[in-house]
Amino acid sequence: MAAIDAPYPGSAAAAAIFRTCRFTGLKVDIAAQRLIMANAVAAVVFLAVGGVMGLLVALTRWPAVHLLPSEWFYLVLTGHGANVLLFWIIFFEIAILYFASAVLLGSRIATPKIAWAAFVLMLVGAVMTNVAVFQGDSSVMFTSYPPMQASPHFYLGLIIFAVGALIGVGIFFGTLVIAHGEHTYEGSIPLVTFGALTAAIIAVFTLASGAIILIPTYLWSLGLITEIDPLMYKVVWWGMGHSSQQINVAAHVSVWYAIGALTIGAKPLSEKVSRSAFLLYILFLQLASAHHLLADPGMSATWKIVNTSYLMYLAVLGSLIHGLTVPGALEAAQRRNGYTKGAFEWLRKAPWGNPAFAGMFLSLVMFGFIGGISGVVLGTEQLNLLMHNTIYVPGHFHGTVVAGTTLAFMAMTYYVLPLIFQRDVIWPKLARWQPYLFGIGAAGISLFMMGAGTLGIPRRHWDITLTDAMHPFDLPSGGFLMMGLNGLSAVIAAAGGILYIVITVGTVLWGKRLDKGDAPLNFPLHKQAATVAEYGSHTTVKLPGTIILVSIFFLSFVLYYFVNWKYLSEIWLLR
Amino acid sequence: MSDHPEPEVQPQRVPAMQQLLDNPFLLLFIGITIPTVLYIVWGVMEIASIPVAP
Repeated sequence: MAAIDAPYPGSAAAAAIFRTCRFTGLKVDIAAQRLIMANAVAAVVFLAVGGVMGLLVALTRWPAVHLLPSEWFYLVLTGHGANVLLFWIIFFEIAILYFASAVLLGSRIATPKIAWAAFVLMLVGAVMTNVAVFQGDSSVMFTSYPPMQASPHFYLGLIIFAVGALIGVGIFFGTLVIAHGEHTYEGSIPLVTFGALTAAIIAVFTLASGAIILIPTYLWSLGLITEIDPLMYKVVWWGMGHSSQQINVAAHVSVWYAIGALTIGAKPLSEKVSRSAFLLYILFLQLASAHHLLADPGMSATWKIVNTSYLMYLAVLGSLIHGLTVPGALEAAQRRNGYTKGAFEWLRKAPWGNPAFAGMFLSLVMFGFIGGISGVVLGTEQLNLLMHNTIYVPGHFHGTVVAGTTLAFMAMTYYVLPLIFQRDVIWPKLARWQPYLFGIGAAGISLFMMGAGTLGIPRRHWDITLTDAMHPFDLPSGGFLMMGLNGLSAVIAAAGGILYIVITVGTVLWGKRLDKGDAPLNFPLHKQAATVAEYGSHTTVKLPGTIILVSIFFLSFVLYYFVNWKYLSEIWLLR
Repeated sequence: MSDHPEPEVQPQRVPAMQQLLDNPFLLLFIGITIPTVLYIVWGVMEIASIPVAP
């Protein structure tokens, strides 16, 4: 049974109240717990709003349905981007930062009152931006490139949200300092916390870039500045726009390690190797922002190639390392759990009925095969010409952010609910299906958009039949088929998303209380789940299954990369 | 009781890489400096050096 402990000894920490989690044995600061709950609830609300908007976008881009008129399409597209790419993800990431610092380190959270102020700022900013979008005169899409201009409160909302999030990140660093100073842990921080630290560092650069460019843009919308240079805007804005997705990468890789530990007792194969991979993220991952300017003539080829190729590939190396060490840690743990037959018994007998494990593994596979490989292709200056500004680009980032990050965060929710909200997940049979439903839909969205983009279907275009265009143009019929399949996939993903929200909200409101009695969990933790909060490796090289899986991945990577070079050679008229 | 004093335990030397990975604020510094210099500052300098159309 969860117990409220006596106030933590030490004068500075006297006000903090802890409980001991009866499932993991972790000490949980009640103030941190409430903040995690608030941020997680806000995240789910914005996911619901942004998800509905995403479905409307997909149904409009499905040529046979073409649901919304153009004005509504661009309004909804703007709101979809802001709500899911920024608000859902960053609210959830702030919850992860508080969990990875205060809970995993057994520490009190730094300045909880300021953390609440940060939460209120984020909420006010997100609502303000949504109000601006729904008023209809801020349909500038997520990127809001000048000279398109939104209402002042569109930019102000984003700035206030960024300031709140930046304060939240500061509280994460403050909590690390407190935990170190009060000796709540020994040696190095756990790997999951180190991954969260990586996300926090990238978040500082991201949010600072956002503030640097959005403040003058806000003043421009007020008429106090006469002009915003579009190229300057693009460079600095993408410091926020793309790096915010790199926060996701670091955060969801941490979630993979965390769920591996919680569900099957997985430990990192090598703390040093995994931390070095995170270090490569810290050093180089933000440079991927330059992908978005590969077709801009104002930037030199040297700037583009140094950022997106030479140095960015070091961050890709980090992802490749995680792509080996995460499944490797899972295999090692399953073999330790007794599943030692052949190359794949560990995988066949994994807890596929546990939505946390299933969601994590699907996220791992789809992030690597879909989002990862396509990201490297898009980030190659020459190959980028094949798909720049086509719907391939949203296909790529739905592979990373939806199939990768969102699915991983959904998976993590199945343990946030019992461990933090202290409510057991309702409707476990439906919950088992949720990650598969959402995952299949997300994979379909990504692959069909990428296929349509390869055939030249433009992104952000309301009407690809080009009705009423002065110069008619027929896009390939295969592209129309792909957009229809994308619409169907979006319906499947939306069904998975609705199921997630219903289960999450239903559990918070009506789930069986776990703070009283000693009822077991619907999705039990592994007996060594507490390794999530420990430093230590399980060093082994006997990983035949992982080696086979990684070899398949490399083969796919190489084939797809060179197929695109072949494709480029056929359409590039420089002979 | 032994007349010989206990030998002093030499503190184990922490490798430089470990020191780096255990220092969140040093990581924060380099994690902000590198993209700021290579992406933002270099990028802004390139844009600033584009000649203005006559």
